Amino acid sequence: MTTHHPSDDEFDASDASLTRFDLVKEGARRDGVQIVHYAPRFPVPGTRAERRIERVLSFLFLLTGLMGTAFVVAYIAWPWKYGEGDSTYRALFPYYTPVLGATLGLCLLSLGLGIVVWSKKLLPEEVSIQERHDGPSDSTEQVLTAATILNMGDELGLKRRRFVGLAFLAGAAPLGAVAGALLVGSLIKAPTQDGENVFFTTGWDPKHNDGKPVRLTHEDGTPIRPADVSVGGQITVFPGIPHGATNKWADSPTLLIHLREQDAELTKKQAKELNHGSQWQNFVAYSKICTHAGCPASLYEQQTNRLLCPCHQSQFQITDNARPIFGPASRALPQLPITVDDEGYFIATQDYKIPVGPAFWERP
Amino acid sequence: MKRRKIDVRALPANSARALDERFQAATPLRRLMNKVFPDHWSFLLGEIALYSFIVLLLSGIFLALFFDPSLREVVYDGSYAPLRGVEMSQAYNTALHISFDVRGGLFMRQMHHWAALLFMAAIVVHMFRVFFTGAFRKPREANWIVGVLLFWMGFLEGFGGYSLPDDALSGTGLRIASAIMLSIPIVGTWVTTSLFGGEFPGEVILDRLYIVHVLLVPGALLGLISVHMGLLVKQKHTQWPGPGRTNNNVVGVRMFPGFAAKAGGFFMIVFAMIAALAGLFQINPIWLFGPYKAAVVSAASQPDWYVMFLDGSTRLFPAWEIRFDFFYGDGYTIPPIFWPTVVLPGILTMLPIFYPFIEARFSKDKEVHNLLQRPRDNPLRTALGAMAIAFYVVLLISGGNDVVADKFHISLNAMTWAGRIGILIVPPLAYYVAFRVALGLQQHDREVLAHGVETGIIRRLPDGKFVEIHQPLPSGNGHGPSDEEAHHGLEYGGWVVPKKMNRLGALAPTVKGFFYPIEKAGPAPKPRQLDDDRDREEITSGH
Repeated sequence: MTTHHPSDDEFDASDASLTRFDLVKEGARRDGVQIVHYAPRFPVPGTRAERRIERVLSFLFLLTGLMGTAFVVAYIAWPWKYGEGDSTYRALFPYYTPVLGATLGLCLLSLGLGIVVWSKKLLPEEVSIQERHDGPSDSTEQVLTAATILNMGDELGLKRRRFVGLAFLAGAAPLGAVAGALLVGSLIKAPTQDGENVFFTTGWDPKHNDGKPVRLTHEDGTPIRPADVSVGGQITVFPGIPHGATNKWADSPTLLIHLREQDAELTKKQAKELNHGSQWQNFVAYSKICTHAGCPASLYEQQTNRLLCPCHQSQFQITDNARPIFGPASRALPQLPITVDDEGYFIATQDYKIPVGPAFWERP
Repeated sequence: MKRRKIDVRALPANSARALDERFQAATPLRRLMNKVFPDHWSFLLGEIALYSFIVLLLSGIFLALFFDPSLREVVYDGSYAPLRGVEMSQAYNTALHISFDVRGGLFMRQMHHWAALLFMAAIVVHMFRVFFTGAFRKPREANWIVGVLLFWMGFLEGFGGYSLPDDALSGTGLRIASAIMLSIPIVGTWVTTSLFGGEFPGEVILDRLYIVHVLLVPGALLGLISVHMGLLVKQKHTQWPGPGRTNNNVVGVRMFPGFAAKAGGFFMIVFAMIAALAGLFQINPIWLFGPYKAAVVSAASQPDWYVMFLDGSTRLFPAWEIRFDFFYGDGYTIPPIFWPTVVLPGILTMLPIFYPFIEARFSKDKEVHNLLQRPRDNPLRTALGAMAIAFYVVLLISGGNDVVADKFHISLNAMTWAGRIGILIVPPLAYYVAFRVALGLQQHDREVLAHGVETGIIRRLPDGKFVEIHQPLPSGNGHGPSDEEAHHGLEYGGWVVPKKMNRLGALAPTVKGFFYPIEKAGPAPKPRQLDDDRDREEITSGH
């Protein structure tokens, strides 16, 4: 370590006696960096150890090229279309994506390893120390900058011309509101439609069926007779209106359950006032949309008459008004009042009496 | 006019001169290349996140060329026979198209998804590193906050990403998101209908989510990452304590070529891992799930791992609904889902953001810290971190409690109760254990500094007592401990204390080689001959 550091002016970069590394060290010094340890990994050129590293490196880089080429070839030539071609094509097809992954992975891995090995085994061993310049700026600097900032206020004359400042603020505020207004005003949509809160109605409302009660239908739109559901069985039903089974009526899927005799009696006996008359013989229909987060509560345990929502494991007791008996749901599944029409098909006598799906602020 | 011949050999120097005449780049360029970076494996964790993000941008641009986020109903007519003729949204249709009818499309889709998982994982592990080593302390509080925001932005970006394909799983996720929005008091229904353009699912949500996913959030991520990197360069990296390392310097290698080469190589290795995962390990096989239908769900519906802890909190939170019944109207409701999905993330955002200031206030520490702390040297922080991780892990496991129940034949309800009780008991337990472990490790360090390393050599004293010989550590000047040091023990330097003889050079170093030795074992150091044979009396059972 030298005891004397020449100042920037004293240093003569054109001095022919300086090696390139002398220049590097001087540059580093000017950047606040001291290279304290700097030793080549292989001081004697051409040793066996050095040649071994060189061989490894060359192998890795050539492997990179090979695998890169293999990727491009596989990408173009390997069978990649699902369900096409002869038996060989079909046999090779499943390996298309794995081959892409393996070749590109190996290509990049050998490149990465090569670069890392290069830097760890061939670059000179180095320890450099750089000074930090933490802490606040010089106090004079702080004062000068503060004065410059405060002077802006003086220049604008805000104290002298207070009214102009206030007028500016009064003028700028609505301009700021323009951005907010555009965003909020264009996106905002009231939860009401035709004077009704959309969260209170579903596709079972007769108004979607020209005022006639809505039939319970399969997903393909065919109506359902009581004989279609075996005892202890359950099916998912949709409102028999146009697009009734699509996501347009995502709040309407309903579970129609054919209870066993004694379960049906128990259900009728336990029915709350709200659900009186909703049951038709041994059939009950409950909303399939979980009152917790809106997933379809679709796992029905026949023996215990429990319904489980697979998203957060809320469980509902079908025989007791579909009351939540476990998990995070706090509300019972709404019951759809059903009956059978003159033609022998299930219909909903009216819409759900309470909102279906997850709860919200305005929900009674 | 005769054409001037270009001197090729002088071209680099001339162009460099020409550039410097215009941009005065020489000094700043050299300063950048000479910037010193400290080295430690734990500093590479954040880099993984950065490189994953680059892969995400690249693969994302590829996917955007083929994806159409429309909810318009179409009938599938692509290569995948099992779904032919099925009605589905254009979004799901094009996601299938990418998977089956775009050459290499499935590979790129899986690469995008795997990179997203790795991005979030790297952020979380990097955050652990920064927290447990105290790297967030003054002057780096702002960068810590940027990091917290990056986590939540990545979370949003990931959620948006896996909601876009409109398969059964992603639709279910969106359904739950709408329920979460609905649960917000007073404005919930308005927020939901405004964002979804009506009742769930509406017709516009994926178009809106798409622009959020490909422009707004990536833009925010890019901006935050730039700030994160800029502050890192400005404030310089922290370093571990060690010989020559002080609070006022950085000891390491210069950025070029040493650090840049290692980082560049590491980028390629991370990229390679993502590519290999993308090709060899299937992720999110949307064609098996089918299109989203409001009435369809399957068991084991889990979100991506980084969202799972909130799914867990949603499963665990009891059915506590708050009702406001007034003498007029039908009253108002705060659904139970509001607490674990809106309030909890709010707390989990604000608490980490303020943590550096809270810690500084309680420890009355206003100093600038550029040296990292070993987790054991700050037992309180380490214990708090362990507590937070325990809290997180209980939620994470609960996010898949149905799968755990199924695979291990445990009652599902028992899993829920285990989670509910666990979330109260496990974190304090983790706090206590981590605190004690940190203190124990500290004590052992002090013990070695005071008495030296255990040699494993047992001596019998003349009075029949057995003692183990300890090898005192060499002190900083290399001449053995001074009298004062011998009395009080060496001073702890905040860094690893050697605890084995071969760390002191007293035993032969380990022979290198994983499968077979690639070098000859050196001669073991000879045990010192004792000059007096009487010391080697036969040890007899003393009766």
